[in-house]
Amino acid sequence: MMNNKINFSKFFKVANIFSLLTVLVSLLFLFFKGLNYGVDFKGGTLLEIRIENTNIQIQDIRSSLNISELGDVSVKQFGKEGDFLIKFEKNANENEKFMSELKNIISKKIGSAVNFRRVESVGPKVSSELLKQGLTAIALALAAMLFYIWIRFEWQFSIGAIVALIHDVVITLGIFSILSFEVNLSIVAAVLTIVGYSMNDTVVIFDRIRENLLKYSKIKTNEITDISVNETLSRTIITSLTTLLALFSIFILGGEILKGFSFAMILGVVIGTYSSIYVASPVLSFFKVTQKTLLKDDDI
Amino acid sequence: MLSFTKIKVLSIYLILILTIFFASLNLKNNNLIDKKVNLGLDLQGGSYILLEIDTNPLVNQKLQTKVIPIKKLLNKNEINFKDFIISQNNISLTVDVEKQKKFENLFFKQQENTINNFIPEYNKFELDIEFNQNKVFIKFSNFGLVSLNNAALKQSIEIIRRRIDDVGTKEPTILQRGDKRILVELPGIDNPERIKELLGKTAQLTFRLVSQEDGFGSEKLILYENNEELTVSKRIVISGDNLVDAQPQFDNQSNQPLVRFNLDRLGAQKFGRITTENIGRRLAIVLDNSVISAPSIREAITGGTGTISGGFSFQEATDLALLLRSGALPAPINIVEERTVGPDLGQDSIDAGVFSLIIGFTLVIIFMFIKYRIFGLVSNISLVANLFMMVGILTILEATLTLPGIAGIILTVGMAVDSNVLIYERIKEELKTEKSIIHAFDTGYNKAKITVIDANVTTLIAAVILFIFGSGPVKGFAVTLGIGIITTLFSAYFIARHLTSIIVLNDKQGKYFRL
Repeated sequence: MMNNKINFSKFFKVANIFSLLTVLVSLLFLFFKGLNYGVDFKGGTLLEIRIENTNIQIQDIRSSLNISELGDVSVKQFGKEGDFLIKFEKNANENEKFMSELKNIISKKIGSAVNFRRVESVGPKVSSELLKQGLTAIALALAAMLFYIWIRFEWQFSIGAIVALIHDVVITLGIFSILSFEVNLSIVAAVLTIVGYSMNDTVVIFDRIRENLLKYSKIKTNEITDISVNETLSRTIITSLTTLLALFSIFILGGEILKGFSFAMILGVVIGTYSSIYVASPVLSFFKVTQKTLLKDDDI
Repeated sequence: MLSFTKIKVLSIYLILILTIFFASLNLKNNNLIDKKVNLGLDLQGGSYILLEIDTNPLVNQKLQTKVIPIKKLLNKNEINFKDFIISQNNISLTVDVEKQKKFENLFFKQQENTINNFIPEYNKFELDIEFNQNKVFIKFSNFGLVSLNNAALKQSIEIIRRRIDDVGTKEPTILQRGDKRILVELPGIDNPERIKELLGKTAQLTFRLVSQEDGFGSEKLILYENNEELTVSKRIVISGDNLVDAQPQFDNQSNQPLVRFNLDRLGAQKFGRITTENIGRRLAIVLDNSVISAPSIREAITGGTGTISGGFSFQEATDLALLLRSGALPAPINIVEERTVGPDLGQDSIDAGVFSLIIGFTLVIIFMFIKYRIFGLVSNISLVANLFMMVGILTILEATLTLPGIAGIILTVGMAVDSNVLIYERIKEELKTEKSIIHAFDTGYNKAKITVIDANVTTLIAAVILFIFGSGPVKGFAVTLGIGIITTLFSAYFIARHLTSIIVLNDKQGKYFRL
């Protein structure tokens, strides 16, 4: 039948077990280890500083910040030499003079001028609101996608798409949990874009499946899926490649601030491409979607 | 699908040229059409500050002002009361049960009610009264609280605007956010600490006499200069409300910085009377519960002008004068969120963003050319057009470009070719069964259309939700992503398709191209 290059459906079972395990591991990590929330969602203060004297080491800065009132402090190198990222629990704006005092303390202790390049300080109330907003946005995006597919296709397609999306989001966040990468507002943006991208990929395959279901009435769903995935395969690969080209150029050259965002997107594109083929499509087989499914629903 | 009417071709390229024209406005300052893409605070540097007003003290303060009128009302109407107590948010008293109805009627009398203001907006009263046996509770109604809150917020915004304008920052944005918050955006400021100090101060100024004896009518406050503890009367002689102007100056003799203030007529009269009656006593100048200075009154001051000296630097004197001129905030204000980016980091971000855009764009263009040759070229031309149109539309909307926004543009570059890829791959399939090349292209475009639209709508949904829920820089990402989808559809289905049709119609045998 046609020029069926790769027998995707043969791997459906293995892939499904693999996906299930990955999702499970991700959930376990999300549940027990949790996410490393940035100041956006946890509250506190983030400082990006630049020190003129590049001989200053990270431990010098750490010891200069040995002030009890800051709470939990973390310091890390950020991009170029002499650039550091400092995070602490205290909300710097409880006292208006606090930041200028802190600047004096650091520069006195390390004996070099300090430039505060970026300050982000979020109070506890705002951070919990931002977290709630982020979760609402992701949930709403999933619901909207579900609704769109339900209108454009049949409910079976809608379930397939949403299972794939949840798969993508859970695994992406799971990897963030495993690697302890920081989750902030831009990661929420990345997750939403992943949802859009993965959906985009799924829709292309679904469109073809629907078209082929109407074209061939005698072929099993699995085979139809195979044909459709193969027909759209070159497009899937090319689009993933060009998107990844763009994303890698942001990841490598776009500066430290965009690193987390582009990393999440790269993960999402890879996982999303995989899930369109190996998660969304098998769901259609599972529900035994045939030509009848399409025609019957059209009558209603 | 491949046939274009002249009108259609004309309007496609007219739109393209128009957007390119708008995009070009960003290159130099143009007086004719003043439109430009605004750079977000994360790119040009500046401060984003979210303030929240705390109305709790205000509720108590307002209740305090009701005490004397309520007592007067009760006495005048021969309603006996006892156990009159003001707590944080209510007044409680004991009134005989048979007199309570009369009290309630008086309390909700609509005309010229000076105690319980009627709020016409809501058709409700400011205060509520509750009875529990012989106990009476008076507190703010929900509508009263809302109107109190709104008035305080509005006034706070006004005062904050005055303070910021006075400092002289360029193009500040001051907006109400929700019912308790004020958003302040200050592009390109180099010292947010000073502004933050100015924004956070309530700046409630009072002149009160220092009294000898402790007691109910006085409180202990600290003198800022030397930490001396002073017993200060609670009775306010004059307050900041009576001030009409304040300016920093140098003292003629000591050359110390000080603040000279002018009082209004009423304030000048009161000030004159008090200073005449209390020569020799000390007068405390209190700002937000801290005594700035407490000079002895040496002579009556009747001219309605005076000076405050507290051993401050000229900068402090300037700031104090500014705070006094702008007036006191009706309620305390706290900074609940701050994001500041220095100008050099902003420039670094722009450089990195633009550089990665150029590289990403070049890689995609090379890839497409290798993969599709002449049609890759078509796709690339439409990609360049796409980029111009994005910038053009951003300019027309005068949208704000942020660092995530630049990421959105780069991502669009990567994803925009998808439409063309979908179409070309479809055409390839058609060419396998179809003899006529024109026909194959025609059906290819037609069949891919539904998929292209479906695929783009899903990303558009994500962008819209992100725009609604996102804050700050992330909103910028949603804007570029959303605009990118629209320009992508336009460039794939109009520009690329038109160019493709020129090639195909001129080379019906397909000698010079392959897919």
